[in-house]
Order: sequence, then C-alpha cells, then structure tokens
Amino acid sequence: MNTQHNDSNQNDSLLRFMTCGSVDDGKSTLIGRLLFDTKTILADTLSQIERTSQKRGMEAVDLSLLTDGLQAEREQGITIDVAYRYFSTGTRKYIIADAPGHEQYTRNMVTAASTANLAIILIDARKGVLTQTRRHSYLAHLVGIPHIVVAVNKMDLINYDQAAYEKICADYLAFANEIGLAQSKIAAGNDISFIPMSALNGDMLVDRLDNMPWYTGQTMLEKLEAAPTAHSEHAEPFRFPVQFVCRPHASDDHDLHDFRGFMGRIESGEIAVGDAVTVLPNGYTSKVKAIQLGEEKLQSATTEQSITLLLEDEIDTSRGDMIVKSSDVKEPVKQIEAFVCWLSETPMSTARTYIVRHTTRESKAKIGTISYKVDVNTLEQQATSDLKMNDIARISFKLAQPLMVDSYADNRSTGAFIIIDESTNNTVGAGMII
Amino acid sequence: MTTTKKPNHKPLSHLDWLESEAIYILREVAGQCSNPVLLFSGGKDSLCILRLAEKAFRPGKFPFPLMHIDTGHNYKEVIDFRDQRAAELGERLIVRSVEDSMKRGTVVLKSPDEPRNKHQSVTLLEAIEEFGFDCCIGGARRDEEKARAKERIMSFRDEFGQWDPKNQRPELWDLYNARSHKGENIRAFPISNWTEMDVWQYIEREKLELPSIYFAHQRDVVMRGGAIVPINVPLTNGEVINPPKTGEEVINMQVRFRTVGDITCTAPVISDADNVSKIVLETATTTITERGATRLDDQTSDASMEQRKKEGYF
Repeated sequence: MNTQHNDSNQNDSLLRFMTCGSVDDGKSTLIGRLLFDTKTILADTLSQIERTSQKRGMEAVDLSLLTDGLQAEREQGITIDVAYRYFSTGTRKYIIADAPGHEQYTRNMVTAASTANLAIILIDARKGVLTQTRRHSYLAHLVGIPHIVVAVNKMDLINYDQAAYEKICADYLAFANEIGLAQSKIAAGNDISFIPMSALNGDMLVDRLDNMPWYTGQTMLEKLEAAPTAHSEHAEPFRFPVQFVCRPHASDDHDLHDFRGFMGRIESGEIAVGDAVTVLPNGYTSKVKAIQLGEEKLQSATTEQSITLLLEDEIDTSRGDMIVKSSDVKEPVKQIEAFVCWLSETPMSTARTYIVRHTTRESKAKIGTISYKVDVNTLEQQATSDLKMNDIARISFKLAQPLMVDSYADNRSTGAFIIIDESTNNTVGAGMII
Repeated sequence: MTTTKKPNHKPLSHLDWLESEAIYILREVAGQCSNPVLLFSGGKDSLCILRLAEKAFRPGKFPFPLMHIDTGHNYKEVIDFRDQRAAELGERLIVRSVEDSMKRGTVVLKSPDEPRNKHQSVTLLEAIEEFGFDCCIGGARRDEEKARAKERIMSFRDEFGQWDPKNQRPELWDLYNARSHKGENIRAFPISNWTEMDVWQYIEREKLELPSIYFAHQRDVVMRGGAIVPINVPLTNGEVINPPKTGEEVINMQVRFRTVGDITCTAPVISDADNVSKIVLETATTTITERGATRLDDQTSDASMEQRKKEGYF
C-alpha cells in the first residue's frame, strides 16, 4: 500500500498505443525492435524465433516473428486479429495493440484504436503517403486517438535522404489538412508529429544511431516516454457508472447493517467527499459521504480509479445508473446519432432490434436512419441501406431505455457503445456518439 | 465540454492502473453473470486475483465461490496454503479432482506418470456442468505465451468448452460482453494485461503471502532433458511421487518455483531469492521466460497451448 495514487511518484505511468501499417511497412519489425531494444525479449523466445528464421531460410533473425501468433494464422501467413504486447522502460509500462492494416480489417483497427492514446502510423519512405495511410489516419481520428506519430520508415532504403523525408511530411500534412484532421487535433490540444526511422537498423527507435544527424527531434521511445497518458490533459466532467451495489446486511456487524456501497470505476473527472451528486436517469440527489478503495478511505478520487462511493442519503440505485456531479447534470436521452463500425460477418438488419451497451447500462435499440456510409479509402460519403462487416456509417438509433451520453469527441467512455445481437450474444457493432 | 483546465490529480501509476482495471473486470463479471466462479490454485497469479477481489467486493462477501481443479499431483505446500487462504477469507472453496474424473473413466491416462495438467480441462468442464457456472475467472496473462496474446478479457467458450480463435467477440473500450446462453461459458481474465514483473511488484506492494515453494529452498532434484526435475515429492495424501530413474544422479540444489502446477510438469529454477524483493530483482534480470524455464508441458510444440485451449483448457 506504499505506492497509491496520491504519492508523488510521477515517474511511473502506463501508456496504451497502437501501430498502424502492414507487414510490408515494417510494423512487425518496429514492434519486434521496441521489445528487443528494451530487453523485453528473453533468450528462449529469441532462440525459438532464430530456429524459425533458419527454417524459413532467412539469414538474419526476423524480429517480426515475435508478433505473429496463432497456429491458424501462421498456416495462412496472415494476422487476423488484435494482439497485445507489453514492455516496460522502468518509468513507463506500455501496452501495444497490434492490428493488421489491410482494408478488410477495419474492424480490427477500430478495436485496437478504442483503447489507445497514441497511434504510430507507418509510412514506407520509398512509397510515401498511400491510400492505406489515409485509411489509418482517418480511423485513428474517428476513434479519437489524441496523439498521432507518423513514422517514416525504411529511411535506410532511400539513403537517409532528408529532402525525401520532408516531402513526405509535407504531403501528409496537406492530406491531414484536407480531411480536417490537423485542425481538429490542434483545436483539441492534440498533435501530429513525424519521425524518420529505420526499424530494421534501429535508427531513431530506441537509439539515435549516426545515420540522420539532420534530425534533431525525439526518437520513437522518447516520444512514447513523453506522450501524455489518457485523461491527463484536460479536466473532465465526473462520470461514474454504477457497476455493482454492495449491501452486506451483516446482522452481527452493526456498522455494516446499513452499508450500501456503489461500486464502479470513474470514467472521467474527479470526486471528493462532500460533493453534491445526482443519480441518473432517476435524478435523485445526495452528497458523497465516503470514498473507499479496498480498505482505504480516500478524501477524493480521480479518473480510472475503481472505487466504492457511499452517499449521505439512502437512495435507490442499481447497476446501470450513472452518478454525476449535481453541478454537471446531463439529461438522459432516448435517441442517439453515432458513427458505427460494423464488426460482424452477418450484415446489420434495419428491421431488427439490437441491444446497445453503454457504460454499464443496456438498452434495446432500433435503427432509425442511415445517413451515409464512409469509404475509408477516399473518405467519400455514400448513400446506403445496409451495413456489412468493416463498414462505417452514420446512423441514428431509438432506445427503449434512456442513456446519459456525452459526445465521443468530449468523452471516449460515455460517448462509446457496443451493439450486441441478442440471438447469438455476439458483439456486432461499435458506436461513437456524435 | 473540453476545457484547457488541467485535472488536479496525477495519472495513476502503472500498478494502480492495472489494479483498477482488474477490479473493474471482476465487478463486470459480478454484474453481468448469474453464476460465476473464481478458479483458485494457490499460485501467485490467483493469489493476486483474491487480493483484487477483496478490493473489489469488501466489505461484502465475494459474489462467487472459489474453485480448484486438483490434479492430485500438487505440491503439499501449495494445497495447504490454498486451504489456509480460503479459510482466512471466509469464502467457500470447491475442490474437484482429476482423480475423481479418472475413477469415473472420463480421464484416461496414457501412463500412470503422464502429466495431468491437460486433463484438468475434463474435470473443469464436469464441474462447470455440475454447478451450472456461466463464467470462470482465471489468472491467465497475455504475456505468458504467444497463443494468449490475442486472448480476450472475456473469452467465449462453446458448449464443449472449446475456444475458437476465429469466433471471439471483438472487445472495444472497456465495454465487455460476458453474455452467454445456457451451457456456454465465459472465461474472464482480470490480469490479462499484467506481466510476470507486474505480478511480483503487486505481491511486494500488497505484502501478499505466498506458498513457500516460490522462495529459494533446498530440494532433491535430478537433471532430465535439460530441465531440473524435483524428485521424491510428498503429496497431501502421504504418497511420495517422482522417484529418480535408474542411473540418474540425485542432487540437492537451492531452487525456487516461478510457476506452480502439476508436479510432473513444473520445473524449478536455480535461485537464491528467498524473499519477494529478491524475486522482483531476479525477474527483472532473468533471461528466460516464465514458461520457457519452468513448464515442461508447453515445449512439446510451438502451438501446444493453443491446442489445449481449443480443448477447453483455461
């Protein structure tokens, strides 16, 4: 219990990021090298991939082998799903979401992006800004990743040419301006940055090496170490979806007899003992009597902490309710409009009723209108009446239950939902509220 | 709603973040599933999960019982510790044994000394059916093995307990989907995002007690196929298993276990780390992965974990 959140230990945090690109761009090599150079890969794993490299007739150890996982995929020679990797630098723990970059895997990219706070977009220096670069950038933007690092890779293959690198950066910025990405990032205090790199050699990843003295910016690892973590940049309104209500009723313990704890994780904002709160959708009001984390009593708590809230008044609250500050109440709604990415092989049916899960609350939902779908390569809007796997469309929903939502641009927790098909229980869609 | 005002609090430390995520996942299981169970072996990962469950649900009781699938070939120290910990917590412990499945004829060993780890799947599925569990909470981590890197936090298993890597639900944000139809099952992994190092750091921070065999101790072993194999190991029932084979030289060595499991397939490592902080240091400087060093059963093939998971393993 010696390293709780309120210590002055600022040199320890966690960053989740994703990598966008295909194997051809050197994405697996990039991840492999980050793991290798931070000494995450241990001897037995290395000897395993050495054996495999030899078996495949390769001369050098193929670091990309570290990241291709399942037998089913190895047989097909492709990666079909999001894989999570871990490394640590001593000051930061990193979780990498690694998703394949091909067009047919839009859903995997959206899945990986949903938890990431930074995206590395890989560009092959020989090829420059491609259609897939646009697709990756659009998706990273759509899913609200605040920090984008464009890694111009394979600089070794163009003789570390500064002019060529600068042209690619200019091309990218022109395109980012065109789709409004650059402006909206800057408006929200976020950023796009560039690094020239060779994942194969290791230039500008963990070590600078000597090949690009003209580049004085941060290396990839420096960038990762300095990137803000989720929720650390702006004050946000307090949002506390109730997950579980604890009522021990222990008759032999007088103190516990009336214990009624509202358990959940703070999705955004901060709360302190004495704050006036409102429980939605019912609108009951009370004050925070106590905040607990395990056995510990806290005076205040912050975003991403899983806590138990005790209120002054006995009010009827259950899983699915949302506790907010009374100074910041938002009316629950029964109609929402959202960008939806369809995840299921079974196309969306406009005739059916689906389940929407938003924070800890579920509601039946009917599809209203599909305004348009977005071509992820050209970003063109197209009229459509149906939605297939990997499609992204703007859709309105009618809800059976009222939900307290924020727009996704304001809040990536209370602005997000998943769509569940009740007959199979599968997660078939992901929504971002407009 | 976006303002330029900064939050008052600093971001959570990595352990606080991981702890909070795990508590959140445990509470989601409690909120979404009607009859979950927590798989508890007495090993370090499941001891972390017990601590997390305390933080998630106290002062209430756990909204699930604990269950151990006992191969009958577990270290006595671990089994004793398992019982002691469950009693201290005042939570219900269910034990189902692979040996009962053998008696029923549902587990048939190829030879009497065959490792029993993989047969736990059968006994687990029988227990799931017996109690009607709709979710099993386990201590698996994604960093343990390649086949686990793509594992979901809430992993779906069909009526036969099978894990189909191609038929898993996408997991976005922290919106977990633990719904299942009758007969189907969810495996929930609250410490998916933890590494072995995180586990040890958490044990150190929370001052968790562990079975003694995790710490350096003297033990009779033989060298077999490149691995250190413990011999003449006493079981809880008084039986002693794993005699040395003829010609093998018995060595008394200072070792500890990095993972604990079925005696016949868990190998110790040479170590003088006799307390948690020394283990944290050792973990930081080791050159061999947890499973690579210590699990004799995963080395059979590159994909053996994937194979076992398809058959219903944790």
